[in-house]
Amino acid sequence: MIDRQTTAAVSSEFPSLAWSEFRGQSRAVVPRDELLRVLKFLRDSRGFDLLVDITCVDYLNYRGAQDRFALVYLLSGTRTNERITLRVFVNEPEASVPSAVPLWEGANWMEREVWDMFGIRFEGHPDLRRILLPEEFTAHPLRKDYPLQGRGERHNFPVLRRAEG
Amino acid sequence: MTVVQAKTVEDLAQAEARDYVWTLNFGPQHPATHTTLRLVLLLDGERVVDAIPDIGYLHSGFEKLGEHLNYNQYVTVTDRMNYISPLANNIAWHGAVEKLLGLEITPRCKYLRTILAELSRISDHLLCNGAVGIDVGAFTFFLYAFYQREVLYDIFETLCGARFTNSYTRVGGLMYDAGPLVVEKIRAFVRNFPRTLDDMDKLLNRNRIFVDRTKGVGVLSKHEAIARSATGPIARASGVTRDLRKDEPYLAYEDFDFQVCCATAGDCFARYLVRMAEMRESLKIVAQAIENLPAGGVNVGIDERTALPSKQQVYQTIEGTISHFELVMTNRGFVVPQEEVYDAIEAPNGELGFYLVGDGSDVAYRARCRPPSFIHFALFPHLIRGHTLSDVVAVLGSLNIIAAELDR
Repeated sequence: MIDRQTTAAVSSEFPSLAWSEFRGQSRAVVPRDELLRVLKFLRDSRGFDLLVDITCVDYLNYRGAQDRFALVYLLSGTRTNERITLRVFVNEPEASVPSAVPLWEGANWMEREVWDMFGIRFEGHPDLRRILLPEEFTAHPLRKDYPLQGRGERHNFPVLRRAEG
Repeated sequence: MTVVQAKTVEDLAQAEARDYVWTLNFGPQHPATHTTLRLVLLLDGERVVDAIPDIGYLHSGFEKLGEHLNYNQYVTVTDRMNYISPLANNIAWHGAVEKLLGLEITPRCKYLRTILAELSRISDHLLCNGAVGIDVGAFTFFLYAFYQREVLYDIFETLCGARFTNSYTRVGGLMYDAGPLVVEKIRAFVRNFPRTLDDMDKLLNRNRIFVDRTKGVGVLSKHEAIARSATGPIARASGVTRDLRKDEPYLAYEDFDFQVCCATAGDCFARYLVRMAEMRESLKIVAQAIENLPAGGVNVGIDERTALPSKQQVYQTIEGTISHFELVMTNRGFVVPQEEVYDAIEAPNGELGFYLVGDGSDVAYRARCRPPSFIHFALFPHLIRGHTLSDVVAVLGSLNIIAAELDR
């Protein structure tokens, strides 16, 4: 799915990237500080102009995991048809990464969803609010320490009756 | 006209102080939203100054459920994402699971999945275009579209017993093989459907009211489409030629002759035309696939230990019995690598992908769905600014937002 030349060009520009491959998909682990520069380089110089998705994985209890969260950036080129997966590892006290909205408008809602579900901050995001859950919700439910059935939020919703409302 | 960039409800309240600007609540229950989604519109007379989407009314934690249901059980949840084309979701989900497992499915299964993916594309496009029609006042057109969807539902019912939530795929294969009656019904559909398409083309393509309501409305430029991650018919109507069926051929798409339908205008009318043209191309694929359907089984072999063996194997061979019990016992199942994989298909709405993290057990550690509706609804405020209130339904319809997939 990815050209050898692309990998070579990116590696020579950013030697700190750790590459791996699985089922023909190329992945790179990017240090947090270099994320925006790598994204910008891939978009402007290597034709990865489409941001397919931004998502997150919580590695609590995952066998062999060193870090708590991984942010996953899936990029694709509309002309080259190459795909690349970038992963950035972040940990709890300062769980934040720079926002990709200055590079791709489409990152806006994807980052809001990651914030909503995992509680990872995106520095420089123009409008970092919850998107799927109500604003008064306190937890980030896709974290692994959140139970499947919730913590009773639904039972404590205020009930509005027609006469009062 | 002054454009106000209101981001929050508080901003809106301030904007309300300017007495010529109205705020209008649209949804969450409204006939023209089709599903449950809410918009707060800021109006200057009839002009939409800004729109703020407020989503999450149908959020049901599908991704959390994916971490607790095994790879075969979760297919029932994928049905409920884009319920207009559930088979496409089933195929996307198990495509990703099989990629994680490194499983090569049988040729017959590939062909059947291709046929079903294309039939669901037709079903989805019929609904989307039909709904655009009914929203701008073309009721007859909608009925033509829905009559054919009924025929498709009939095919799906014959195929797997369910009309709406099919759950037809399994890891390494399908629930059942398609019988001769299904093949006959699909052949009849391939024969009869072009006539309806011609009728539908005649009804709307040159209809003055429809063209006036949709042409030049909600224009998305090619650059914007890429920058805002649009995929599928919406991106193709703006001139992006990306189609995963051609660019990264999966299933059996390499074997068929079909074209990628594109337009350059990027407005609601272009999106309508692209969808109409794609239905004809899908029909071409179905016609080629159904005539060349390979013989053989639909499930992978017994050595793979993922698909249930046939009853004959279970009762007559020891390997079959062992394999059957291994798969149905709750503490066994099959083993997946401790790895991560992303796999996407060209769903009717755009790129539908799953990012799967396996942890060795038969339950996904993380099952992220990349929902095209979610990405496309983010475009909406950008597309509607400066248009009139009556254009809201035209733009909303042409984006084909399915709230169950939007909120998951």
